Amino acid sequence: MDLKTKVLTKSLWVFHAACSPCNNCDIEILDVLTPRHDAERFGIILVGSVRAADVLLVTGVPNRKTAVRIKKLYEQAPKPCFVIAVGGCACGRVMFRDSYNSPCALDELLPVDAYIPGCPPKPEALLAGVVKVIQKLRGE
Amino acid sequence: MACWIDRKVTARIQWRVGPPWYQNFVDILKLTYKEIILPQGGATATFLLAPVLGFLASVLTAAILGNALIDTSQAFLGDIIVVLYLLVIPAIALIIGASSSGNPLASVGASREMKMVMAYELPFIFCIIAMLVKSGGNIRLGQIIEHQLYFGSNIASPSGAVAFIVSLMCIQAKLGFPPFDASEADQELMGGVLIEYSGWPLAIFKLTRAILLYALPVFLIELFWAGNTGLLVIAGKYVVLLVAIVLVKNTNPRLRIDQALRFFWGPLTLLSVAAVILALFGK
Repeated sequence: MDLKTKVLTKSLWVFHAACSPCNNCDIEILDVLTPRHDAERFGIILVGSVRAADVLLVTGVPNRKTAVRIKKLYEQAPKPCFVIAVGGCACGRVMFRDSYNSPCALDELLPVDAYIPGCPPKPEALLAGVVKVIQKLRGE
Repeated sequence: MACWIDRKVTARIQWRVGPPWYQNFVDILKLTYKEIILPQGGATATFLLAPVLGFLASVLTAAILGNALIDTSQAFLGDIIVVLYLLVIPAIALIIGASSSGNPLASVGASREMKMVMAYELPFIFCIIAMLVKSGGNIRLGQIIEHQLYFGSNIASPSGAVAFIVSLMCIQAKLGFPPFDASEADQELMGGVLIEYSGWPLAIFKLTRAILLYALPVFLIELFWAGNTGLLVIAGKYVVLLVAIVLVKNTNPRLRIDQALRFFWGPLTLLSVAAVILALFGK
């Protein structure tokens, strides 16, 4: 493992990309940052600007409006940038599969690195997902 | 290292564990490996040069302050004025960088930063004038420190104490910490002035902030609290000051820019003028 991956995995800055979710996943994401779970222990902080992001946490089903924007958002992020699909909607569109307003799934738009299923996923599941991304980066 | 104390104390206040000590080094190193994105329609040259400008100014300030502390006779005439000018440059660099990025949120941040500079410089300069009067009109940092070594710290006198409290507020604003962080405002402006920065320019801005977090408290110690300049004593005083700054940072909500302006130009300017008058009367 070279220095580049090492420092990257030690300081993952996440950007919260809400892609028309119902907000339950977003609340769980915020739970991970609260004192009980304290993701800053591992260098994970929430950043306000996508220009500083290493990871996009995408929640919700892309619809006709947000699909364009989430793609643009990914293009605006400095590479290397990883995408984590949070919740059932972002993973596989669940009940919105046949909706008139759901053109495609998230992984047809962006290269998704990890899927965290759940409706909403527990904070522990979110942390486990981030650990999986880190393991993938380190080639374990 | 100072940034780590800041983050750790913040975490402890919020009942968290906080990041490990090497976190900030890792962050900076990681940013240097990231892609740099140049905004379309922005001024590329100034966008990239602004962080370097701020960084150089802060390094120079830290060097001058450290030099004055190590050997009080080495300082050159008028170095306190040079330091005053240099301390404004990081803020100006931030304004230049933000306005050359062409982002509307960044320009709102830049205009707020500009107002903050105008707000806090006035009382800060009055405080320094008070201290200059107190040490017999010397404009050399070394002589100000020597004066305190002979006659005791400035902070022990009424004028010194008043000026110290006022300038503590001013450096809180200089560092861009809450309650005076309207220009960065993570929640409303999404990073404000820094919104378009990625990769090493962002890393340099972070480094500048870290150096200022060292230099500004040391500047205050030299001006007000230099009764004893042993290395360990200074380090102890520095940590006390830093924790005080972090406590203020974590226990106060953000002020609106007009509230901040009123605060600096109203009560704080009056207090600092009072400090000058007290100093003139030899108190």
